[in-house]
Amino acid sequence: MRNSTNYIVKFVLIMTVVVAFILAGMQTVLKPIHDLNEAVYNKKSVLLAVQPVLDQSVEAMTAEDVQGIFDQDIEELVVDSEGNIIEGKKAEEINLEEQLKKPEGEQQYPLYVFESEGEKYYIVSVRGQGLWDAIWGNIALESDLSTIVGVSFDHAGETPGLGAEIKDNPAFPAQFKGKELYDESGNLVSVKVVKGVINDPEHQVDAISGATVTCNGVTNMMYKGIKNYEPYLNSLRKN
Amino acid sequence: MAETAVKQKPLKEKKPIFGKNERKLITDPINDDNPITVQVLGICSALAVTTLIYPSFVMSIAVVFVCAFANLFTSLLRSYIPKPVRMIVQLVIIAALVTIVELTLKALSFTVYKQLSVFIGLIITNCIVMGRLEAFAMANKPWQSFLDGVGNGLGYGAILLIVALFRELFGKGTLFAGSPFGTLKLIGASPDFLINTTATEGIGTMFAWYQNNNLMVLSSAAMFLIAGIIWLHRAWNTKLVDVS
Repeated sequence: MRNSTNYIVKFVLIMTVVVAFILAGMQTVLKPIHDLNEAVYNKKSVLLAVQPVLDQSVEAMTAEDVQGIFDQDIEELVVDSEGNIIEGKKAEEINLEEQLKKPEGEQQYPLYVFESEGEKYYIVSVRGQGLWDAIWGNIALESDLSTIVGVSFDHAGETPGLGAEIKDNPAFPAQFKGKELYDESGNLVSVKVVKGVINDPEHQVDAISGATVTCNGVTNMMYKGIKNYEPYLNSLRKN
Repeated sequence: MAETAVKQKPLKEKKPIFGKNERKLITDPINDDNPITVQVLGICSALAVTTLIYPSFVMSIAVVFVCAFANLFTSLLRSYIPKPVRMIVQLVIIAALVTIVELTLKALSFTVYKQLSVFIGLIITNCIVMGRLEAFAMANKPWQSFLDGVGNGLGYGAILLIVALFRELFGKGTLFAGSPFGTLKLIGASPDFLINTTATEGIGTMFAWYQNNNLMVLSSAAMFLIAGIIWLHRAWNTKLVDVS
């Protein structure tokens, strides 16, 4: 009886339906909390880029703290690849991964303008490829649009202890503080991650041993990412 | 008098709910029958998640939960599960429980969810869970099966925490980094920690000389550590030494 096809089919069907209902129910109930957590996580990584000018540790912030800063001090803009601001859109609605898949002329990029004690900081988002999977980050620029205030990096699946150090080891992003994206004549040089000797301290930081591919990924991501924002940065500079 | 004594005996034999046998179900997998050091199961996640203590701790709780309740439900259903599809039924039970853990963790602690990433999902393929269902829950009562699940989860968790303790302390120079409980954060390089290794004064300065050993962060370190633990375990518990 227990091994008859009829019984097996019934058993499996009932089990599947019961389990599916339980899981679907849980997912529906918890979805708003998941979305909120995800949004706070992304906002924290934006704030991490301006950590040097904040007096509170971003990691210790609660969801309300983060939202408070976003409501009060941050202007969320979206710019296109010609440097125009797109009205009616907020930076947090932009999924950079999807945007970068579009043809070059149609891409849109998120831009966060953080205001603190009368100073404006421009936070741009960049995305590139590490060794195993995507890497991404936020770069905060001073109002001269060249000096880096701070950066935050994240990754989907770099090796712990090697590539993952771009996020896990605070000393790596800390190196970017005070570096210059542009040289004296106004050409984009970006910041390179180099091995061994640093002979151009304004535009170079020290790489992580054993994580060459990830570090090269960071170099490429920085250059290409800034390049995307260049039309907008140039128009800002003219005004 | 003798007759009454004999008559009372069956009453006394009523099994205690948490007697010697039940205790053994919990303690055996922690020591004599440890899933990692004796049965050498569940190594994959033990290598991967043990770089920090706090995520390992969360992982252990998740495995205890999944193991215990998968055992319980399988045992409750054991006389209804059709033999030809029993593996699939077990898998559905495990997968459902793991998904519940994943959804809950994503809501409660998003950063830990990010750190453990794929490994929570991989509890489904953790051989400890399936192994216990096949070997124990299919043939035993629900309460005993539940305890067996708790025991095996704890045995796995104990080794995970020992490995993570060494890897975090020597690999990152911290203890309990990333824990949401302020008082639990023992050693680290920021003022949030009890012992702050970047401080200019106090107890933290005693540890400032330490250079992190990057080998401990890599999975290979976990391999050495687990091998070391297996060795020590057998040296201490000579029952486990294979004489043949």
